[in-house]
Amino acid sequence: MQTLTYEFPAERPAARRAHVGVVGSGDLEVLIIPADGAARVRVRTSVDGFDTVWRVVLERFFARHPVAGNYELNDFGATPGVVTLRLRQAIEESGP
Amino acid sequence: MTAPDWEALLGRTSFIELDARARAGALLDDGTARELCGPFDHLDSPWLEPQGVVPQSDDGVVVVRGRLDGRPAVAIAIEQAFQGGGIGEVSGVKIASALSLATRDNRDGIPTSAVLLLESGGVRLQEANLGLATVAEVCSAVLELRAHQPVIGVIAGALGCFGGMSIAAGLCTRLIMTAEGRLGLNGPEVIESEAGLAEFDASDRTLIWSIDGGAQRVRTALADALVLDDVGALRSAVIEAVRQGVPGEHRSQRIGELRARVEAVDPAHPPEPSGLAAPAKGAPPEGDG
Amino acid sequence: MTSRGRTWTHALADGAVGDAVPSVITADGTVGHDVARLIAVVPDPGSPYPRARNGEVGLREGLALAEAVTEVVAGDAHLPDDRRRPIVAVVDLPSQAYGRVEEMVGIHQALAAAVDAYVSARTAGHPVIALIVGQALSGGLLAHGGQANQILALDDPGVVVHAMHKRAAAKVTLRTVEELDELARRIPPLSYDVADWARLGLCDRLLDVDDADDPTERDVTTVKEALTAAVERARRGPRDLSNRLDSPGARETRVASRRVHEALAAQWRRVRDDDGTAPQ
Repeated sequence: MQTLTYEFPAERPAARRAHVGVVGSGDLEVLIIPADGAARVRVRTSVDGFDTVWRVVLERFFARHPVAGNYELNDFGATPGVVTLRLRQAIEESGP
Repeated sequence: MTAPDWEALLGRTSFIELDARARAGALLDDGTARELCGPFDHLDSPWLEPQGVVPQSDDGVVVVRGRLDGRPAVAIAIEQAFQGGGIGEVSGVKIASALSLATRDNRDGIPTSAVLLLESGGVRLQEANLGLATVAEVCSAVLELRAHQPVIGVIAGALGCFGGMSIAAGLCTRLIMTAEGRLGLNGPEVIESEAGLAEFDASDRTLIWSIDGGAQRVRTALADALVLDDVGALRSAVIEAVRQGVPGEHRSQRIGELRARVEAVDPAHPPEPSGLAAPAKGAPPEGDG
Repeated sequence: MTSRGRTWTHALADGAVGDAVPSVITADGTVGHDVARLIAVVPDPGSPYPRARNGEVGLREGLALAEAVTEVVAGDAHLPDDRRRPIVAVVDLPSQAYGRVEEMVGIHQALAAAVDAYVSARTAGHPVIALIVGQALSGGLLAHGGQANQILALDDPGVVVHAMHKRAAAKVTLRTVEELDELARRIPPLSYDVADWARLGLCDRLLDVDDADDPTERDVTTVKEALTAAVERARRGPRDLSNRLDSPGARETRVASRRVHEALAAQWRRVRDDDGTAPQ
């Protein structure tokens, strides 16, 4: 297991907190807690050694969806596609 | 053979494909569900991360208070996708405490029933002794609440209900299963690993469901109702089970019936599961409240 | 066949040790001013159930435990509830029985009957004391001893309390036995050492004895005194299991349990008040 932290520029504030997903095989849980200034992400992942992949996936996501807040990702081996899908669901839920 | 009712099949909303949170919410009356100790309370397991296991923010148990059929109820759902529904310190205490709080409400004059969604492999081995301890606490809490209001167990998914939580299932006022659901003390893999392939072939799905499956458990009266994996059907079955009230004698109190079950089978020449007889009904099936 | 369960039951018994089935023995034993009912699950090499010959809790053991406990509860039903007999579960069992016949007949229901009986005894006012003298594993402990008001254990290397024996636990969690031992040094609930288990707040007293396999007179006195004190504490204490969260050990180790319990109670109250179902 590895814990990774990232911060990305994001100016649009999350309207409310959001929670999607489960820490089950090939899936992940995403929590968004509204906070200003940036998207601060903590990833706890069961798969070690994918720091760069996480950075690329998250960077791309927040470039397209600059929603500020504290993000907590608890991952159990989700693919980049599933990660992006869950993040999208989460910001939809956190939207106004 | 009758033709399948395609309209009914296509109109189904699978219950077990929902996650635990959605399942608990789906059973309660619309708009009444309020989750307690949810993900944002960050009450996750203190024991998993130090072992290199990713925790889940609700530790795999969802507690939702609301109304069922217009009356106060608590729905408690185990998330089968997280650690195989294994019960750890936090998840176990969530279940036991929620049941105890319902008992306290009953004593205070607020009749509150409970629904337990029992998708669990039993004690979470990463929390071994504390998981075991909390399962004992869950069993005790089921028994305390059961005296006041029904505690309805539901086993809907193919993961099934095993280990210590199968004992909790055996203590429920009534037990509802789907044909996909399984119930047993020891899972097939555990028996095969402990006692060998000849004792139990864990790859033999027909064998497994013939013994542990919902249809068999209902046929032999170890569970009460066989229901389609459908949100509406399960909610109706739960409401009906609660309406039947508290029986004079619970399944786990019917020791005579248990004795008959045990004595009916010669362990040297056991019948095929399909030949296992259902015990004669020892107590009236319906309660008085 | 000797076993610690049998040895200690005989050592604590006033007179004859009886059995309804060969694998579940009962006796009366004086504990302070009370005559307690002792109950133990013991090996039965001749059992018709091959998977329940070494002291495992199987179908007939679950049933016999339920019957033995229920008999005591029924027998004392006419007494005021503070005068009801103590029940001492002498615990030495390798596990529940792992077998196909067991599953088919419904071993979980047999264990549920035993759990139900013990909880009924406890709530009726019988002090239920678990005395762990050997192994206390998994479903076996849940059915026999796990519902006690008070849990005592001998401080002896042969005493092991756990959710699963080490080899199987290693296999299921995809670790080696060595890795499991290493982890257990940091994670107390994983430990197979009785002293670590006692620190989880589940053990009310750890008892020093000279010979756990063949108790001396002094050992028997030690245990009887501990049982007497435990009966007294049980009679004074709650009849549910709330003391397990309030014990000194639990305050140290079960911090998460206590936090969850308090948070849930607070949120429950709030939601109940909003819902308009608060008592008037």
